[in-house]
Amino acid sequence: MATPGAQRILADGLWHNNAGLVQLLGLCPLLAVSATVVNALGLGLATTLTLLASNTTVSLLRRQVPAEVRIPVYVLVIATFVTVIGMLMNAYFHALYGILGIFIPLIVTNCAILGRAEAFASRHPAGPAALDGLATGAGFTAVLVVLGAGREVLGRGTLFHNAHLILGDWARGWEIAVLPGYDGFLLAALPPGAFIGLGLLLAGRNAIDARQRRRRHARAGAPAGGEAAA
Amino acid sequence: MTEGTARGTVIAATVLTACALVGAALVALTHRETAPAIAANRESAVRERLTAVLPPGPFDRSPAQAPLQVRAPAALGSRDALPVYRAVRDGKVIAVVFTAVAPDGYGGAIRLLAGVQRDGGITGVRVIAHQETPGLGDAIEADRSDWIRQFHGRRLGAPPAEAWRVAADGGAFDAITGATITSRAVTGAVRRALVYFRAHRERLLTTDG
Repeated sequence: MATPGAQRILADGLWHNNAGLVQLLGLCPLLAVSATVVNALGLGLATTLTLLASNTTVSLLRRQVPAEVRIPVYVLVIATFVTVIGMLMNAYFHALYGILGIFIPLIVTNCAILGRAEAFASRHPAGPAALDGLATGAGFTAVLVVLGAGREVLGRGTLFHNAHLILGDWARGWEIAVLPGYDGFLLAALPPGAFIGLGLLLAGRNAIDARQRRRRHARAGAPAGGEAAA
Repeated sequence: MTEGTARGTVIAATVLTACALVGAALVALTHRETAPAIAANRESAVRERLTAVLPPGPFDRSPAQAPLQVRAPAALGSRDALPVYRAVRDGKVIAVVFTAVAPDGYGGAIRLLAGVQRDGGITGVRVIAHQETPGLGDAIEADRSDWIRQFHGRRLGAPPAEAWRVAADGGAFDAITGATITSRAVTGAVRRALVYFRAHRERLLTTDG
């Protein structure tokens, strides 16, 4: 199979095949920890790191691993990296680890990671596989952060609450009161707010795609309704 | 054919075993490298929390060190042994900090720390883990409201034991608006810890537990 170019890999991971918005994978952590930007960013970075490491390793092992045991091997690789990353976070970002809690070990079960190992990393060389891991992780992180920002502003009226947990003490003053004196909108902070927010993001993404398609069709002189037939 | 399949199986098993061994080695290595930092983090997190519920220091040693392990399911709300930390000054225990569990919170068990000085007066209470409703029950966190601070300086007798309830149950403590169940659970857990302290005062206040 021909390996796609770097630009294609990036565009797929970030937009066309976004783990959160298109494949709808990894929704459990996506919905659970997106109550604030900092939590979202923390989980996004941990997931990206896992994807980068697992994609690279799976790609390097792709000629050695027999097809029958490939899935157990991928799971082993992913579980190893997640455990290691969890221990490192516990050691060096203890407070953030405390907040993200169970969702760090649960990265193992994020199907987006196993999906990339099987669909991409096991069929392509290490370089593109690593890039694919980064792009998929960045796409997932972006969705998490956008959802987290929306929910934090609506739910608490702030942004970057607890930023020092990721970025160190110098970020302690980063918290912005976007809506000062705001009491908070409970729905946005609770799980239903996550579902509604994700729904809006999906709708937004689809609307942008639809508009681009219409433009392309218009430029090519094709009828705007041609998409339905395709 | 059979021979080929057997060979394939052996190869597959070998690769899988090798991957498992390498993975286990990586995890073990990381564990060895991070274990001291993780233990230090835990201790400093405990120490930080204890500072909030203890009278100001200095103490002879960190109160986070060598806690008593107390198993008292009825009084402290857990079937497991829970740590009771002691603040020692000049060889005397001046206060103890209970880890108490309120099993009857709205969203499940609420874990808290309750500091009690020699005379039975509360030096502070803090919630360390809970799953109460954000925006309502989470007002038991000291960062979100002053509610938890109303226990400070109270003791059994002031108010009397039967008034260690929320106002809705005829007691002396305000409940958080919209979170009566949560408030009731925390108040009850603090009361039970105080009763336990009164009953086991001598044992808890000796330094060499």
